Order: sequence, then C-alpha cells, then structure tokens
Amino acid sequence: MASMPARRALLEVKDLAKGFGFGPLRQQVLENCSFGLQSERLTVLIGPSGCGKSTLVNILAGYEAPDAGEVRLLGTPVAGPSAERLVVFQETALFPWMTTFQNVIYGPLVQRDMRRDEIEANAIVLLEHVGLKDFKDKYPSQLSGGMQRRAELARAIINNPKLMILDEPFRGLDAMTRELMQEYFLKLYEGRKQSVFFVTSEIEEAIFLADQLLIMSNRPGQIIKTIDVDLPRPRTASLLTSTEYLRYKDESLEVLHGEAVKAFAEGSKAAADFLEAYADQNR
Amino acid sequence: MAKNSTTLSLRRGLVSVLGLLAFWEIGRRLHFPFLSAVPAPTEVFASLDQIVGNSKFWNDWIASFSRVLSGFALAQLIGIPVGLLMAMSRTLRYLWFPPLEILRPIPPLAWVPTSIIFWPTTELSIIFVIFLGAFFTVVLTVLGGARAIDERLIRAARSFGSKPRDIFWRIVLPATLPSIITGMAVGMGVTWEVVVAAEMIAGKSGLGYFTWASYVGGNYPQIIVGMASIGIAGYLSSGAIRVLGKQATPWQRQI
Repeated sequence: MASMPARRALLEVKDLAKGFGFGPLRQQVLENCSFGLQSERLTVLIGPSGCGKSTLVNILAGYEAPDAGEVRLLGTPVAGPSAERLVVFQETALFPWMTTFQNVIYGPLVQRDMRRDEIEANAIVLLEHVGLKDFKDKYPSQLSGGMQRRAELARAIINNPKLMILDEPFRGLDAMTRELMQEYFLKLYEGRKQSVFFVTSEIEEAIFLADQLLIMSNRPGQIIKTIDVDLPRPRTASLLTSTEYLRYKDESLEVLHGEAVKAFAEGSKAAADFLEAYADQNR
Repeated sequence: MAKNSTTLSLRRGLVSVLGLLAFWEIGRRLHFPFLSAVPAPTEVFASLDQIVGNSKFWNDWIASFSRVLSGFALAQLIGIPVGLLMAMSRTLRYLWFPPLEILRPIPPLAWVPTSIIFWPTTELSIIFVIFLGAFFTVVLTVLGGARAIDERLIRAARSFGSKPRDIFWRIVLPATLPSIITGMAVGMGVTWEVVVAAEMIAGKSGLGYFTWASYVGGNYPQIIVGMASIGIAGYLSSGAIRVLGKQATPWQRQI
C-alpha cells in the first residue's frame, strides 16, 4: 500500500445525502457519503442489499440530484446524465429494434464527433473482444442472457467514458455464466485500463475484480471502509484459492459482518440471512 | 419445417373454405331455412363471367379501393403524428384528449349527413367519413404504444448523449412502430366497414354501391359477388399491412 503511486482524483464525492418520502415515512438512504475514485482503476462498491447502492449510482450518473453534498468529475460538478459517466444497468437496456452492431455504435453515432467508418471499425474490434462478432447482426432477443450483458458492456465501452459505472451488471446470470462474464470483463478492463466503478453485492466478485474496494454501511449508506486490493494482474480464476485473496475476503467479511449485526439489531431480515451464512462459513 | 407448416396451413385453409362452399350449396338445394333464399355457389359462379367481363364491376373495385386508400392514408398521416405528439407533450395530451374522447364514440356513419353538407363533393365526404373511422383508432393505439416505452431505454439513450431528435427518430419512433402497425391493421378493418356503408348511403360507384344496386335491381347472385368482393378486398388490404408490418419490424420476428 505504501508503494502505491500518487494518482489523480477522477471523481470526488462529498457528504452526499439523499432521502425519500415525507414526514414519518421519510427514509434516509444516503448520509455523509464521501469517497474518491482514481483514474484508470477499478473500484468496486459492495454493501448489504438495500443499503442505497442504486441510489448512489443514480446520483453519480446524474439521473437523480442529491439532497445535500456534491459529486465532481475532474473538478466539474455533475449535473444530469452524460456520455462521460456511462451506466450499465442491472437488467439489459439494449434497444430491441437495433442489431447488436447497431446497439454498439449508437453512442458514438449520436455524439457525432467521429467518422462513421471509424466508429464501425471500433465496434467490430470490441465485438470481437467480447466474443460477439458472429452475432453482430442478431437482435437482442436472439442473444442469450450472457451475450446481452456483453453487448451492453461493448456498447458502453466504445464511448470511452471518463468513468464507467456498472450497477450489478451480472446479477441474475447463473453462476457459470457469471464467472465467464467476470473473466471477459477483466480481460476488457486489463486491456484498456479504463476508470470503472463497479457495484455488486457479491464479495467474491468484488475482490476478484477490484483494485480498490469500498464497503458501504446499512441505511443511511456511507462508505465505512476502503481496502486497496493489491492482487497481481492479469487475474484468473486460480486467484480465488490464493491466501492473499482469502485474507482480503476475511477482512471485508468482518466489516460486513459488523454491519449485519447492527442491521439485525434494527430488525433487518436480510441481515439475519447474512449472519447465518457467515456463521456457517466460520464454523 | 417452416415450409411444411406453411403448406399445411394453406391446405387446411383451403379445406375449410371449400367445406363452407359445399355446405352452402347443399343447404340451398335441400332448402335449409336460411340458405334456401340465397343463390347457391354454382349459381353465383354461373353468373360470374358475365359480371367479371363487365368493366363497370372493376371500376367499382377501383373506386372503393382508392377511397379506402385515401381515407386510410390521411388517417395515418394525421393520426400517427397526433398520437406521438400527445405521448410526448403533457400539455397537448390534456388539451386534445377530451374532445377526442367525445368525438370518438360517434359512429363514422353518423357523420355522413354533416359531411355531405360540409364537403363540396360526395367523393370527399365519403373519404372524410373513412378517415374518421380509422383516425381515432390510430391516435389512441399510437398514444398508448408511445406512452408504454420502457423508461430505461430512454435513460440509456439520454446518457449516451442523444439529442432530442435522436430520442425521437431512433428510440421513440421504432419503439412505437409495433403499435403503429397494430393501429393500421385495426384501422384498415374499420375502413372497409365504413366505405361499404357510406357507398350504400351516398355513393354512385364502389363495391358497396354495387351490392346495394344489385339488391335494388333484384340480381341476387350479383349481391353475393359484391359481398365476396368486399371480403376479398378487405383480406388483401389487411394482408398487405401484415406483410409490410413484418418487414418494418424485423426484430419482432421469431428466431
């Protein structure tokens, strides 16, 4: 950790607060939520379900405005959605009436600052990277779930966003596909070194992917711990059995466990599930 | 597989049409209660070459078809933009919806007297009534379709840096296309109902007029020919829309 080179702050999040509802029904979702993201790093946000991760994503993307606090990208305050901060959603949001190829070139096409043949050449390269070159003329409904997510990744990456935000992008895929997707994703990331903010609720996925791990508390959500994950790259599945990996896992689980105990005391059912699973693992 | 199922469905369709004709023929000959008054298929076919040889009959086809097409095209040309505008602007929606809902339940044929008074020629008044028949259906279907667009798709499009015109041309319009086609198909059905009735009331030509004039003139087989012509014309029109619709929305085809 000491050897970490100084990096430029890409995104600064300061004292975010956001609540929903009125009067006694008001729920504070985010409170004093602060952190920073560095350029060309893969930062993973992990937290118990319902802790406000999606709300945070919506604020970073510019779909929602915070009640208090601010988000700055390279010093400029974030206001509204922009191709600088692209979000890949939980469920697929591919345009059903466009082929895979048309979906991928959509962003650069409407941004109108590249020639069409350049855009198309880029798209072909990307589709090859995500293993979809043979499916470029298929419509989303003709692709499998895993293929749809990959198409969606390609559609976001082609825009070279300053920050790519992925909100549980592999949720809902079966375990095998999910692993495959993680490896595809790492290959893409390690080849391009983009700045990525990856949100997940799976601890294994989080550590496997992350340069930096942010752990979020229960509602009202804030960042309670930052862990630098110094595992070598390129990473492969064999990493999952290494002692360093397990050490990071233990460290983060401990923090999450502390959170679950607190949440359980406040009557959260999801926390009870977590505690039970945690006890099982440490038996 | 696909080819087999097409030939199979074709064969079945043919069998049921022939079955209907056979039932009708037998019904006439055996003096079934209702069918005994109707000329049998053989009688209709016997009179057919005389009718088909007459160019007046084909002029009636053309007259009805051109009325249907003009009224229908006008309804699409005005109805689709109106539906889309209402979907995109709350102000327009609140402004236009009430009068639309008051006018909609009035059957197109109830418009015939006023439209004859209002329009300089019978031709224009018939086209206007046809237009009304399809217009409301088109507006409401397009409005419903455009309002049902998945919000996530709009969000995604916006975050890629789409300008409003991109959102309209590349997202809203294609997303609404299936509804537009449904509106067309339903509208086309209404259109044929309306043209025939309007021609019976006010026309001097067309398949509706042909059928009614055959009744007045006492030529019973010719009534059946007129009816069958209307059925075939309607089938051809909706078939054309089905084919065009499939071409226009390739993403909705089966894998």
